[in-house]
Amino acid sequence: MVQNRSLSAIIFHVFNYAFLGVMALLCVLPLVHVLAVSFSSSTEAEAGLVSLWPIDFTADSYRYVLNKPEFFKSLGVTLQKVSLGTALNLLLVILLAYPLSRETKEFPMRTFYAWAIVFTMLFNGGLVPTYMVVRETQIMDTIWALVLPGAIPVFHVVMLLNFFRGIPKELVEAAHMDGAGHWTVLRKIMLPLSIPALATLLLFNIVGHWNSWFDGLIYMNSPENYPLQTYLRTIIIELDFTALGAMDAIHQLENVSERTTRAAQIFLGALPVMLVYPFLQNYFMKGIVLGSVKG
Amino acid sequence: MIVPGLIVLFIYQYLPMFGFVMAFQDFKPAFGISGSEWVGWDNFTYALNLPNISQVVWNTFYISVLKVIASQAFPIAVAILLNEVRMMLFKRTVQTLIYLPHFLSWIIMGGILVDILSPSKGIVNQFLGLFGAEPIFFLGDADIFPYVLVLSDLWKDFGFNTIVYLAALTSINPHLYEAAVIDGANRWKQIRHVTLPGMVPIVVLVATLSLGNILNAGFDQVFNLYSPSVYETGDIIDTLVYRTGILQAKYALATAIGLFKSVVSFVLIVVSYVLAYRIANYRIF
Repeated sequence: MVQNRSLSAIIFHVFNYAFLGVMALLCVLPLVHVLAVSFSSSTEAEAGLVSLWPIDFTADSYRYVLNKPEFFKSLGVTLQKVSLGTALNLLLVILLAYPLSRETKEFPMRTFYAWAIVFTMLFNGGLVPTYMVVRETQIMDTIWALVLPGAIPVFHVVMLLNFFRGIPKELVEAAHMDGAGHWTVLRKIMLPLSIPALATLLLFNIVGHWNSWFDGLIYMNSPENYPLQTYLRTIIIELDFTALGAMDAIHQLENVSERTTRAAQIFLGALPVMLVYPFLQNYFMKGIVLGSVKG
Repeated sequence: MIVPGLIVLFIYQYLPMFGFVMAFQDFKPAFGISGSEWVGWDNFTYALNLPNISQVVWNTFYISVLKVIASQAFPIAVAILLNEVRMMLFKRTVQTLIYLPHFLSWIIMGGILVDILSPSKGIVNQFLGLFGAEPIFFLGDADIFPYVLVLSDLWKDFGFNTIVYLAALTSINPHLYEAAVIDGANRWKQIRHVTLPGMVPIVVLVATLSLGNILNAGFDQVFNLYSPSVYETGDIIDTLVYRTGILQAKYALATAIGLFKSVVSFVLIVVSYVLAYRIANYRIF
């Protein structure tokens, strides 16, 4: 584009950079503030003196949080959920997307199955009936209740099948000529060529499993089985310290207050996502655009 | 190859649909679906006569319409402005930072909001206090609560929503800009006559598709931010179903409300997909 250096253009650019800069800061400053609170001593935090930099720096609230067995237990559940859930999701999504991406003459029932799968995206059984089915299948209170009911994100199937369809047909035809079956085509051609799409889905699944809390809340009867976010909810949102017997413990510790421990846990709960997503950002920008908006 | 996925879908997506018969029963968990008594439309009449039901439906509708408007207009503006940025490092940094909140859960975001919006210790009220404003109880005031929902939802997702619009901008033919410049168009005129018309198709598409979500006002967000003092304006269909269905164990009633919502949503989604196909030639696959 042609650069013009008129006064109005300069004013526009100054305004533009300032505005976007402020927007970006608005997205991170609240987190920075919470981080500052978590590293401040309880008196300063409770008095509301902390803004963006810790006052009276201390890591006591982290020491306190990391010494709680409940925290580690729920972290363990979450790690199990993230690894098992992500693997299962990706496997099932790939196994559904590949056949559905084939032409109707290769897979005559394609349209029927495709609509049967998309239908579940449009219409669902609702909260209570789904809850009853999970109860009937005897997986309440086990890790399976956290990974099976949502094991097929239909939108991901649609994204991946669109991606598969964008891969030149000639490649697949040539492979078939050479005697490759569908499994070989999937493994040797489709998957290696779909790395950007798969990386996007990997990110979404990891983040999704890490962040989900509602399934833990309704499918886990005993709080010891709560995944991290569900556990954090009982502390951060419900502010119900007594339920977990933590009230007394907190007041025994001088430098730790409700507010600083809450801040520490918010930050710990957000940390892994903040570390993972910048690395995969380039992939998901392409992945989303290819998957959702075509032409 | 397709079988394992179909089995999982059948059990956890299609079986619950049969559970909808509970909506027509006086469901007693002890007797199960086969043993409970049929009561016809009783659960629906009961639901329609709940004192707060019209308020809850209205809340759901009002909150989600405001969200749809805000979550389109603002990201479009941000995408246009980002598109004018020439310093790639700045552009990238801004993008990375504004995408971040989208990837944090509503537990984390809710925790942050509860902390910064607190009337006594929250940094927002302290800041407003510098200008002599009285502390505002953002999360406890029924009059403000819906707008807190809309604004915090915007805060969480505007960055992420710009991705689609940014992609649409890059697909606008650069020759159009060159032609506009030759015709003497300045930056504002370029935006008005080239950029905005170029974005119309994608804006129409996103608006049409969001029609199907009009009954989803954001369960995760509302559930983690609301309290009894704001039920009047903040309670939505999904939170009502959770409280009656799971907490009070009125399974049949909650199923009836859930069925109503699923059916209306289904109709709306189908309509929106048909419209999206007609208007913008959009297909799911």
